[in-house]
Amino acid sequence: MNAVITANGLSKRYKNAVALDNVNFEIQPGRIVGLIGPNGAGKTTALKAILGLTDFQGRLDVLGMDPRSQRDKLMEQVCFIADVAVLPRWIRVREAIDFVANIHPRFNRAKCEAFLARTKLTAHQRVREMSKGMIVQLHLALVMAIDAKLLVLDEPTLGLDILYRRQFYQSLLEEYFDDNKTIIVTTHQVEEIEHILTDLMFIQDGKIVLNTDMEAMGDRFAEVMVNADKAPVARQLNPLDERQVFGKSIFLFDGVDQHRLAELGEVRRPSVSDLFVATMKGTYA
Amino acid sequence: MKTLYWLVKREFWEHRGGFLRAPAITAIAFLVIAIMTIAGGEIMGRHVGARFPLDDKNLGVPASGIMDPQTLQRVGTILDAILCGSALIVLAVMAIVVFFYCIGSLYDDRKDRSILFWESLPISNWKTVLSKVLSATVVAPVIATIIGVIFGLLLLALLIFTAIFHGFNVLHVLGAAHPIQVTVHIIALIPLYALCALPTIGWLMLCSACARSMPFLWALVIPLASNVIIWWLDLIGLAQFNAGWYFSHITARLLFGLRPANWLDFSHNMPGTATDSLDHVTTLDRLGLISNYASLGARDVWIGLIAGIAMLTAAIWVRRWRHDN
Repeated sequence: MNAVITANGLSKRYKNAVALDNVNFEIQPGRIVGLIGPNGAGKTTALKAILGLTDFQGRLDVLGMDPRSQRDKLMEQVCFIADVAVLPRWIRVREAIDFVANIHPRFNRAKCEAFLARTKLTAHQRVREMSKGMIVQLHLALVMAIDAKLLVLDEPTLGLDILYRRQFYQSLLEEYFDDNKTIIVTTHQVEEIEHILTDLMFIQDGKIVLNTDMEAMGDRFAEVMVNADKAPVARQLNPLDERQVFGKSIFLFDGVDQHRLAELGEVRRPSVSDLFVATMKGTYA
Repeated sequence: MKTLYWLVKREFWEHRGGFLRAPAITAIAFLVIAIMTIAGGEIMGRHVGARFPLDDKNLGVPASGIMDPQTLQRVGTILDAILCGSALIVLAVMAIVVFFYCIGSLYDDRKDRSILFWESLPISNWKTVLSKVLSATVVAPVIATIIGVIFGLLLLALLIFTAIFHGFNVLHVLGAAHPIQVTVHIIALIPLYALCALPTIGWLMLCSACARSMPFLWALVIPLASNVIIWWLDLIGLAQFNAGWYFSHITARLLFGLRPANWLDFSHNMPGTATDSLDHVTTLDRLGLISNYASLGARDVWIGLIAGIAMLTAAIWVRRWRHDN
């Protein structure tokens, strides 16, 4: 199958900073990709480029289109939630549904209403009368009813409580996502999306520093809990990271034979957040 | 077409307060003032014992009840003028509303970031901008005209009621008024109004699309400051500019093009345009479509139109790439 997104030498420079530095990647259909990086690493710029909201250098192909010149057509296939609470404050639930239903050729009104029926939102309610979590529910209901090929989520759950966050990702996974759809998500709450991701991309200083699917990540990276006596041996294997817990050392290894590691202690798949912290060491130093 | 319709509808939803409520409240306020004035006058009159007999005899209506045509025409013109003036008041309020609407039109959604929602839908920028232009040139004036005419009719009804109360048989003169023609003409003049307002709309929306903050200030400061500089250059004799010409041809057209009857600037010296006189020219004549649309013969109208369209095109282009954080 053709890739949903292909980026070749994608670069974006602002006046005094490089947001994207000659980035290459490819995203296949039916994946849920986590784009993760520290603040200012270029995540949002990359997403903006994909959505045709910013100019860039290099080549970028989204669903066979150039987002700069074919944006209007592209947006029939692509949907995004750019930020929490960006719905216009004056709009009513009913108006929002009416509007999107008549503007978007791939909008399924029944689906949207069915989703909203399970929330406390009422047709007459205005966005300005809603809590942040309710706004996101409405936005999600609108977006999920659109049969888009690509969904881009940029920090969609920032500032929401855990109930809303859980519901958000659960709805996406259970009612929206399928093999024909692709989701790209950026968030700082890595722990919460870790189990739904199929692919992982780390971005740092405008460069992709890690691009792997979750299975390959489990093969490549390993976390080993080592007793103090074996710690020097472990250190010789060039661990990415070492931290101390309850008198034991936890080492993070990249590409070391897992049988060998098993001799040192209990081997686990590292969490995305631990891997992230280890990879980004020294970012803000 | 369907997208455009819904975009215009969205503008109306968002600006219901300005497009509908503001004119309606203006009309209601004026009606209340009129009622208060009439009632106050009646009561004060009673206090001092004065009577205002407005019966047929006092007003010079002959016993036959048939007035001579010239008098009838004068009365008709006054009645039409009341209707027309009422609409003008409401249209003036609308002009202020639309002025601020244009300034905010391409700025407010960037400021509250809701542009990110609109941009997530398959809507081209030119349609968005066009829907806002249509709201300013069609939706707002049509609503204001309708409200203005209803307001005028209610005001007339109030005056007639007062006259009847004082013993005047209104039926004599009612036939002299032309409420339907006046209404039709005012509505038919909206396209002309829109054409002449386009430079101002274009300028305000361009400022709205470009400004990173305070679009109102930019929209106001650039024409006014440039005018002052022109005037100053002229004053110190450094260059031969005509500040007065600059004001009427640039500054005023960028800022004041939304005022009601904005095309009169261009029909001043048009041949065949009537001068004020109740005897020869009725209100209906003043609203004559041919004489008013004749102002389209003025070159300045078309230059303004081209400038307006150019500024709107620039606004569409700027809109495409300006996504502030």
